[in-house]
Amino acid sequence: MKTLVWVEHDGTVVKDATLSAVTAAGKLGEVHLLVAGAGVGAVADAAARIAGVGKVHVADDAAFGHALAENIAPLVAALMGHHDAFVVPSTSTGKNIAPRVAALLDVMQISDILSVESADTFTRPIYAGNAIATVQSKDAKLVLTVRGTAFAKAETEGGSGVIEAVGSTGDKGVSTFLSSEIAKSERPELTSAKIIVSGGRALQNSENFHTIIEPLADKLGAGVGASRAAVDAGYVPNDYQVGQTGKIVAPEVYIAVGISGAIQHLAGMKDSKVIIAINKDEDAPIFQVADFGLVGDLFKIVPELTGKL
Amino acid sequence: MKILVPVKRVLDYNVKPRVKADGSGIDLANVKMSMNPFDEIAVEEAIRLREKGVATEIVVVSIGEQKAQDTLRTALAMGADRAILIVSEDRVEPLGVAKLLKAIADEEQPGLIILGKQAIDDDNNQTGQMLGALTGWGQGTFASALEVSGDTIKVTREIDGGSETVDLKLPAIVTTDLRLNEPRYASLPNIMKAKSKPLAQKTAADYGVDIAPRITTLKVEEPAKRSAGIKVADVDELIGKLKALGVVA
Repeated sequence: MKTLVWVEHDGTVVKDATLSAVTAAGKLGEVHLLVAGAGVGAVADAAARIAGVGKVHVADDAAFGHALAENIAPLVAALMGHHDAFVVPSTSTGKNIAPRVAALLDVMQISDILSVESADTFTRPIYAGNAIATVQSKDAKLVLTVRGTAFAKAETEGGSGVIEAVGSTGDKGVSTFLSSEIAKSERPELTSAKIIVSGGRALQNSENFHTIIEPLADKLGAGVGASRAAVDAGYVPNDYQVGQTGKIVAPEVYIAVGISGAIQHLAGMKDSKVIIAINKDEDAPIFQVADFGLVGDLFKIVPELTGKL
Repeated sequence: MKILVPVKRVLDYNVKPRVKADGSGIDLANVKMSMNPFDEIAVEEAIRLREKGVATEIVVVSIGEQKAQDTLRTALAMGADRAILIVSEDRVEPLGVAKLLKAIADEEQPGLIILGKQAIDDDNNQTGQMLGALTGWGQGTFASALEVSGDTIKVTREIDGGSETVDLKLPAIVTTDLRLNEPRYASLPNIMKAKSKPLAQKTAADYGVDIAPRITTLKVEEPAKRSAGIKVADVDELIGKLKALGVVA
């Protein structure tokens, strides 16, 4: 089977999520990558060095500059004439593009796969991860999005993929990128952080995220996450949200501070290796998944913890 | 402009899903069902666009069993004008739903189709994007804000690193994210009024769409359970545990 893997990048580097998709694709067959964008020579070179990569198709055109799905999907559909599976990291870009490709190919998509059971059978989470479904596809081509936390990252060196330019399918003229607001942070990205400190609505305001959560995260070299309630209340930006429809994370250590543990939040973090919960309500559902729970006032506990580390 | 809003009847988000003992699926007998929360946000946004004078008519659509009428009546009570139920006793996959919505869009000629970004039962997050492909329209997915001006729509989207804003030609597809709006509750007088708003019943065959599934669910099981944890008494004990794990020196 020939797979085509979407390379998630920021114009310069290949993002980690791609590496998990490469591993998943490797379980199906030959791994080809697709690097699409404007001015992506460096990304293509980096992609070609990923272990196990056969070919890197490069589509370099202004029309692909901001990964607009309307322009990317027809490009992929054309390439799928020579591939059997389109394998995409489950990032916001991947989720935006993959289903559009599937419909152009008149095939179903299997979202967020957790494992490859065979050439046509996969497992995936449903009902906010409260159940795992084993599903089998009848379609001639596969379109899969890959849950990053479920597959080990491929090595970034050792590969010697052959780079091949692909002709552009152009700008379809229905969509234009206007602007973006992307946070720049020294902290590790949530989806690849080894440790995450996450705050809930109990933090009460954004100032407390800065004075209580961030110092602990800095001491631990951790990423900072949040519950939906904290984001809705405006304490932190939306990209902090961990949960069913936010970021799915599975770090070595997840420290949930003032988070009650609603079904939808657990969906985003319950595969963490070690879960620590700090909450003043001893009946909070979060304690049911926590390996270590500390009942008490986070405004006393967290600064004490930060100070003693 | 007319706005089309598909809505899905799903297990209520507050109910803990239970896997059936025979592994065939989730037990939905006698459990509370509700409109998919993202679809509520979609209906609300359509109503706000009508209140702003941008939209003139809101048509809601559902594909499912007869009970999906309840979900449509809720949308009508919130303020939608008329409803279409495509009856199907079997689950219809996103690709089939998208094809049916395309057929309805061909008939209704909406200027905007607003969908929830994903249904909280299947968690697929596919239908809106698939409909984009079938119509050739632009797609503004995971929308946290939108603004119609003339023949284009600006959509601010929540993405992994923050947000981005795109401009789409109308007609367009939008899928809603959590923070687009807070849906209204239907008032009792509106619930009563909704009973007499039009609700048409159709089948997939009426639209000439093949909705045969491509994917078979072989089994559904519970995820591996975490072993029970312990409570620690104080910060010192917690630090002791973190040290034992090698998380801190």
